[in-house]
Amino acid sequence: MNIILITQKDLEKIDFCLNRMVSSSLAQSVLLIDRSGQLIAHHGNAPAIDMSSLSALTAANFGATAEIAKILGEEEFTLLFHKGRNENVYFSAIGEHVILVTLFDDRTSLGVIRLQIGKIIDELSKILSTIFEKKKVLTE
Amino acid sequence: MPFINFSKDEIQCKIVYYGAGFCGKTTNLQYIFSQTKEDIKGKMVSIDTKGDRTLFFDFLSLNLGKIRGFDIRVQLYTVPGQVHYDATRKLVLKGVDGVVFVGDSLKVQRKKNIESLINLAKNLAEKGVSIRTVPLVIQYNKRDLDGTDSEILPIEVLEKDRRAWAFLKRLGKLASWL
Repeated sequence: MNIILITQKDLEKIDFCLNRMVSSSLAQSVLLIDRSGQLIAHHGNAPAIDMSSLSALTAANFGATAEIAKILGEEEFTLLFHKGRNENVYFSAIGEHVILVTLFDDRTSLGVIRLQIGKIIDELSKILSTIFEKKKVLTE
Repeated sequence: MPFINFSKDEIQCKIVYYGAGFCGKTTNLQYIFSQTKEDIKGKMVSIDTKGDRTLFFDFLSLNLGKIRGFDIRVQLYTVPGQVHYDATRKLVLKGVDGVVFVGDSLKVQRKKNIESLINLAKNLAEKGVSIRTVPLVIQYNKRDLDGTDSEILPIEVLEKDRRAWAFLKRLGKLASWL
C-alpha cells in the first residue's frame, strides 16, 4: 500500500514557504492538501474553519473541474478562483499530487495573491516531489 | 493512501462507502454521526442534491484516538450509487485506504448489488488497487426489513453473490482488471 510520510523536517520547510506566502500577500490563511482530500499543512489565521471538510471539498472540486477540462480537450485547469462578498478562495495545483488553497479578503487582491504564489510555487514543488518520491521508494 | 505526519503524530486514512443507489450509504454515515460523541467527530458534509439521492459525496471526519502515540483520523466518504455517476465515484475513490461495500438485502436490488461490486473492482483497478488486497468490509444492509412486506434475500444468497464475481473471474468471463 502507498504511504505518504511527512517528517518534521519536511513540515518545517513547507511551513517556511506558507508563512512567507501569508506574510507577503496578506492572505488570511493557506492550506496545502493532497488530491485525495487529506490536509498536509496550513498556515495563517482561520480558527473557525473546518479544515477537514474544506480539504475534502476542495479535492472534489478540483477533481470535478479536471473532468470538465478533459471534456473540453484540456489536460487540466491548474487554477480556480471563487469570489464571495467578503471571502475569496484561490486554488492552484502544485504538481500532480497537491493543491494550494489560499483564503483572502479585501485587504489584498487577486493580483498580489497570484504574484506571491508564483514566488513560492517552485520551492514548494521541490519539497513535495521529494515527499512523494519517498513514497515510491517505500512501496518498491 | 494513508498520510503519516510525524510532526503532528497523526495518521489520516480514507474509507469509502460504496454500493448501489438507495442501498443506505448515506444512512450509514448519518447513523455514525448521530451515535458518536461530539469531541471525536467533525461536521458531516453533504453536497446539496435537491432530493434524497447523493449527487457527489457525503463526508464525515472522525478522530478515533491514539494507537502507539499516533492520533488516528479517519475520513468517511460515500459515493453516488446510480450507474451514470461513475466519473464521480472514481474521483471519490482517489487515495482510498479501505472500502465498506453496502449490499442491499432487498430482493429487487440483487442484480444492482452485483453490478456495483463489479464496478468497484473495475474502478479500484483503474487506480492501481486490487479489490483482493484493499481492506474491504461487506455489509448486508436492511436486515431489519425481514418479516415486513418488502421481500429480502437470505444471507446465504447474498454470500453466494459476493463470491460470484470471483467465480466469473476464474471462468474468464470478466475482463482482466478483476
